[in-house]
Amino acid sequence: MPIRILSGSVGFALAAMLALPLSAEPVSLPDDPEAKGRAIAEETDRRNKGFGDSRASMHMILENAYGETSTRELRSMTLEKPNPNEGDWTLNVFDKPRDVDGTALLTHARILDPDDQWMYLPAVKRVKRISSVNKSGPFMGSEFAFEDFSSTEIDKYGYKWLRDEACPEPVADRTCHVTERTPLYEHSGYTRQIAWTDTTDYQPRKIEYYDRKDELLKTLSMTDYNLHQGKFWRAHDLYMQNVVTGKSTRLTWESFEFGTGLTQNDFSTNALQRAR
Amino acid sequence: MRSTHMLAGAAAFAALATAAAADPLDIRVRGYVEPELQAFIESGNVSGQRRWNASVATEVSFESFWDNSNQWIVVKPFARLDLRDGNRSHADMREAKYARAIDNWEFRIGIDKVFWGVTEAVHLVDIINQSDFVESIDGEEKLGQPMVMVSTVQEFGTLTGYLLPFFRERTFPGRKGRPAFDIPVDDKQTLYESGAEERHVDFALRYANTFDIWDVGVGYFQGTNRNPLLLPGLDGGGNPVLVPFYAQARRVSTDVQATSGAWLYKFEGFWQEQLNAQHLQATGGIEYTFYGIFDTPSDVGLVAEYVWDDRGANPQNPFANDAFLALRWTPNDAASTAVLAGTTVDLDTQALGFSIEAERRFGDDFFVSLEGRFFANVPRTDPLFSYSDDSFLQLRIARYF
Repeated sequence: MPIRILSGSVGFALAAMLALPLSAEPVSLPDDPEAKGRAIAEETDRRNKGFGDSRASMHMILENAYGETSTRELRSMTLEKPNPNEGDWTLNVFDKPRDVDGTALLTHARILDPDDQWMYLPAVKRVKRISSVNKSGPFMGSEFAFEDFSSTEIDKYGYKWLRDEACPEPVADRTCHVTERTPLYEHSGYTRQIAWTDTTDYQPRKIEYYDRKDELLKTLSMTDYNLHQGKFWRAHDLYMQNVVTGKSTRLTWESFEFGTGLTQNDFSTNALQRAR
Repeated sequence: MRSTHMLAGAAAFAALATAAAADPLDIRVRGYVEPELQAFIESGNVSGQRRWNASVATEVSFESFWDNSNQWIVVKPFARLDLRDGNRSHADMREAKYARAIDNWEFRIGIDKVFWGVTEAVHLVDIINQSDFVESIDGEEKLGQPMVMVSTVQEFGTLTGYLLPFFRERTFPGRKGRPAFDIPVDDKQTLYESGAEERHVDFALRYANTFDIWDVGVGYFQGTNRNPLLLPGLDGGGNPVLVPFYAQARRVSTDVQATSGAWLYKFEGFWQEQLNAQHLQATGGIEYTFYGIFDTPSDVGLVAEYVWDDRGANPQNPFANDAFLALRWTPNDAASTAVLAGTTVDLDTQALGFSIEAERRFGDDFFVSLEGRFFANVPRTDPLFSYSDDSFLQLRIARYF
């Protein structure tokens, strides 16, 4: 079997993106647009702290401009690193397409430096350290780039609050903070992103991605939020539309489990071969 | 068909291991069936060799994980049926193992496959498994190896010990097989340095760790060398044959990779003592990837490596002073298209090898790969001279299930 190369940064954590308290407690935000934008991101991050570790299954449907589809399935494990200077650790194991069954990707995320990343190729039983600078490359041929998955550590971006307005459908009755964030890490494919954050739960509802020419490239809609462990919100449906090519990818998460007892041993290069 | 005793043993083992499992097993079955067509550019210079060949291969994996994925059994038989070559029609148990993880320890018993190393062109330090040479002459297809393995992840790194109680002979093509040596290998006359022959118990140890951008491995191996010496001999009919001789070897190896941005720097080398002689071999090079070329999702990767043997040009090793250059193109599309083109130059003999591999997925379950290998300018003195009339194109269509 020839070796298929897949590289880049896939921190499937979705970690800091998703969280929320039970009651809509008022959050006091500074007035300065930049400080306010960062404070919104910090609040989102705060509400996801302490999840420890999680497991989930992901299903992706890729659709091209002619309506032809293909499917991807993988299982994801995440270990939260409480130290804010360290990124979370993730391990993703592919089930489909079947020709990549058992292929696994281990990521030890960093904040601004390139992540440490290893790939396991089951046909040749080989663990390969790979380059992780391919931030803007497509993940598994989908409309999601590697950087769209990497855990949204606060210091990866600069922020600017733009305005408050009605949230996008299906929660148009709520108010959203609209914030511009600028990637600070190297090799990003974006000049900026615009994020709609729900003021009731501080969860993101929509993100627009602007390419290197500062033109709108993609739109991500996050819906079907579920509360886990009474504390942690996760969007189970993420729909990415490429407005330039007409292609789209729907990503759905299921079987979330938290506090499953994963340790650093489960995120070693040895563990890549037994990840199930 | 060969290796049937291995299959029987493994099946018995699998039944035993299954019976030993406490929980009712949830067995996951996956695999592929892959027809293959080969076309050779030139007529073979051995009678019986044809310009084209057809075969079909299948591999099925039975997997079961339980105890929160801390115990598992994998059984993975492989078989190929070849139209021309009886030696290439073969079956092998690629894996049949029971494994268990306890905290930072892992134990495995049974038949398994292990890879050591970092480079792309040749795999010098990879020693645990024997090459399934009838499958591919690049040495990347391996036979299952019976073993007991113990591994532990500690602060100081990962330490793994291997006990290898049974030796697997390398597979070689038969008289009608291609690509093949002009003088066939006769494995009915296989010779061993050790009186225990294939029952000599081999032993290996490996240390591996990551230091920031550095991934470092150190290995030790003591036992039957996987790489045979091929001695001239005669078969029962008085025809010239090559007789494999497996010597006892002691080997210390290291493999190092540095990963810095889009650059990978790689080195592998070993010191080996065998038949009262010592020698060194090494390989190393770089890999660089241009990501997102011309504002498209495409990546282009460049691999350049060099291989060295301190014995100089010698009949045991075709890669004693060779350079490799390869280009990999991946458009990152939904079909996982990839094209890899490479060239090998023997800097002593100026012999040239070219290879091209193109592959993509069709639908969700079909994977098609087209491979070409071409040899040019190979002088009679080069160990690869036998292949110089064996340039070929190969099409494989795998159906996964």
